[in-house]
Amino acid sequence: MDDLLNEFIAETREMLEALSGGLVAWEAAPDDRARLDEIFRFVHTVKGNSGFFDLPRIKALSHAAEDALAAVRDGKRRTDPALVSAVLAIIDRISELAEELETGESAGSEDDTSLIEALAEQAPEPEARAAGASSPSARGASRTIRLPVELLDRMMSGVSDLVLARNELARQLRETGAGGDVSACFERVSSSIADLRDAVTRTRMQRIDNLFAPLPRMVRDLAAETRKHVQLVIDGGDVELDREMIEMLRDPLTHIIRNAIDHGIEPPADREDGGKKPAGILSVSARQAGNQILIEIRDDGRGIDAEALVAKAIALGVVRADRAARLRPEERAALIFEPGLSTAEKVTSLSGRGVGMDVVRSNIERVGGLIDVASTQGEGTILTLRVPLTLTIIPALTIGAAGQAFAIPRSAIEEIVRARSEAVRMEEVGGAAIATIRGRRTPVLHLRQLIGDDAPDGGASAPTADQSLIVLKLAGGRIYALAVDEVHDHEELVVKPASPAIMTAGLYAGTTLADNGRPLLLLDPSALAARAIIGFDEEEKESARDEEAAHAAAARGLEALLFRTLDGGRRMVALGAVERIEEAQARQIARTAGRLRVTLEDRILPLEGCDSVPEGAKVKLLRLTDGATEIAYALDEVLDIVSLSAAVRPAAKAGPVAGVALVGGTQVELLDVHWLFAHRHDIAPGDAAAAPACLLVGADPFLDTILRPVIENAGYRVLREGDPGAEDAATIIGLAEDEEAGAPDLPAEARVVRLRARPEPLGADDDSIHRYDRDAILKALAAPGRKMAGRK
Amino acid sequence: MAQLLLIVRLAGERVALPAADVEAVVEIDSVVPAPGTPPHIAGLAALRSRVLTVIDCPAALGVPPGEAPQRDAVVAVIDGHPYALLVEEVEDVVEADADPVPLPVRTAPLWRQVARGMVAAGGELLLLIDVPALVAGPASEAA
Repeated sequence: MDDLLNEFIAETREMLEALSGGLVAWEAAPDDRARLDEIFRFVHTVKGNSGFFDLPRIKALSHAAEDALAAVRDGKRRTDPALVSAVLAIIDRISELAEELETGESAGSEDDTSLIEALAEQAPEPEARAAGASSPSARGASRTIRLPVELLDRMMSGVSDLVLARNELARQLRETGAGGDVSACFERVSSSIADLRDAVTRTRMQRIDNLFAPLPRMVRDLAAETRKHVQLVIDGGDVELDREMIEMLRDPLTHIIRNAIDHGIEPPADREDGGKKPAGILSVSARQAGNQILIEIRDDGRGIDAEALVAKAIALGVVRADRAARLRPEERAALIFEPGLSTAEKVTSLSGRGVGMDVVRSNIERVGGLIDVASTQGEGTILTLRVPLTLTIIPALTIGAAGQAFAIPRSAIEEIVRARSEAVRMEEVGGAAIATIRGRRTPVLHLRQLIGDDAPDGGASAPTADQSLIVLKLAGGRIYALAVDEVHDHEELVVKPASPAIMTAGLYAGTTLADNGRPLLLLDPSALAARAIIGFDEEEKESARDEEAAHAAAARGLEALLFRTLDGGRRMVALGAVERIEEAQARQIARTAGRLRVTLEDRILPLEGCDSVPEGAKVKLLRLTDGATEIAYALDEVLDIVSLSAAVRPAAKAGPVAGVALVGGTQVELLDVHWLFAHRHDIAPGDAAAAPACLLVGADPFLDTILRPVIENAGYRVLREGDPGAEDAATIIGLAEDEEAGAPDLPAEARVVRLRARPEPLGADDDSIHRYDRDAILKALAAPGRKMAGRK
Repeated sequence: MAQLLLIVRLAGERVALPAADVEAVVEIDSVVPAPGTPPHIAGLAALRSRVLTVIDCPAALGVPPGEAPQRDAVVAVIDGHPYALLVEEVEDVVEADADPVPLPVRTAPLWRQVARGMVAAGGELLLLIDVPALVAGPASEAA
């Protein structure tokens, strides 16, 4: 909490510093709309933030100022010097109060009402501007410090230098053959450097948890304030993101969540009327997709009223009516990002006037991100933020062309094929190269030509001996193949922006250093495509998509998820069988009822993939499904999704492994999902009504407490006398002793199984079964016909 | 305080660079070419963990390259990007005798884009070079 408060104080101070110029400018030109908006956003943000911290004075002040400024923004009021002075006085007071919060010392000003009253129209000048800022001497000691990111960058590059120097030193030591003492000393230096590098790397990267941590408290407070029930679900907190980016996302996320609770989720009574659970669900999840982080905020509230939004947008002149009529549903919902649009009928102290979403969008776009909205009225709203990782460590493939090495982001690579392989046909059409890879046509770009290497033999598409084709997939599903001379290696690269002079080439996305210390240029797949002017018009895009779909259909059943097993091996499983991948705590796993099982969302699933409860606090699980039931499969990490082009060689004998196939030149086992499901052994009776009925007759507690579970586990529906359908049961089990003592009438048509208490038969013609002879009982139940019938 | 100047030999002439613009003087071992970039971009070089964009200064001035391969380079950071400017020779750092003054006459065409003025140092008049203009290269003529 203290951290959050410090955060608030620091943020308020930063905003004030940024605003100070704007305040003066506004005083000089009160009609300047941009200045007005700037100041309005400030008081709005302060108001929102102060709501969480129970700071009634700041909240009252900012709310009052916001109201007055909103009236000006809506054209209901004109700016006059009195208003400007009153607003400035309030901002001064807010800064004073923030200072007080930090130092814990009162600056002496207690009465805010005169300041608030001064905002009223034609109010007299407030008697005095709040007595200057309090003395800055007594600032409280803080346990955290704020550092400029450049400093962190410098630390980072310093450590990188250190690592390179260590590598150089290690090489020298090996060559000169240093003695044991020196080696031991070097080892110590070396491990300290490794620790240091970890620590410094961590200073830049933060788990997104840091962004999510304040949410539970915030949601609780907001829900209490709005008298709503909100259940918050957070997922993906271990995704790592540049800390600068996390800071940039804090405000937008706060705004979005505030909006979701204030405007999205309905009051409990309304929800129940609408057939929903009284508690609204707000889920916030993060995941990494390529070199982007996706943050999704989803609520199951009332959704966006697109009609009202469009009507308001037309009224405000944001869109013309004729164009509004043609908007697609997602475009209608996206109108919430236009300035001045808010669907809320009433203004509340939480979110209010629709400043939120346009500010949110501009903040996200400023960090190079995108925001999308999807909403179904009555069902909820999903906002998706896509942001890049600024200090990007991206997995890349290094390749060679014309004797030089380049890197390509792995995220864009769909597959790599040999130009000379049988699956590929290279053709030339009017000077343009086209490759047909397993029936799919893609344009081919020659990297050599793109980088202007005029090889004397350079026919446009003449594939030199051992070229490889890197099939690249662009945003929007466009595909092309890049012909390169060599494929080197996979490397994790720290990519830095390239200088403008390099960017003018229109080929590169950035620069980086390879492991060998040489500079490396990172190719930009979409820039390459744009430069080679591949005419991807809409139609071709469609057909590419169709072809892709056809291709995908043809390959169905061959898409497989490649993963590392807990014992370090590599296996894969048919992608279609994977419901999802999730993480479980080790304590959710136990050996019960003869096998490992994991508890997931109040369900018990059989666990495969390990022989004992895995070590470590957490374990990743694949949830496999056959459409009706699920199995969990423990794994170490997911590696890739591969398309199995090579044939699967069947396993020597049936088991959890169906066979083996070549993936990237190594043998990888393919899981036999069928076998796994066939051997899960605890298939619960699926449709209870369809299971064969078995009537238990008699009052002996043995029947209910001991026999019944056995019969049910065997897949029967157990009925007792008087249950509906009891008279039609195909099988009846009774106790032989009961019958002797005067058994009830049994339906004549049914098969009757009689059980006796003693192991030995009751008489010579006795066909009863000993009641603990499980096999015989189950066999009798399963036996066709009614050979045991008719003891009547 | 008088301005510090770095004296380098460029296109056969001794010229001055403002020392404040210069981060370091290094020797560049190997340059990785960057295909597709303007002619005065020699490529990339690694300086410790940084990637420098290497500027071929004669090419930036539009003069033919010297005979010996250039190794000496001046490192300058412009708009956050580090550059290495290959020069014929780095001579010395000197203190300017006086503040730089505008050139009273037109220079030879090759210097026109990059000359910021002239400055006296050690009793000698030197051309003061504008480092960002040198980095921008001949393309800036269009601007």
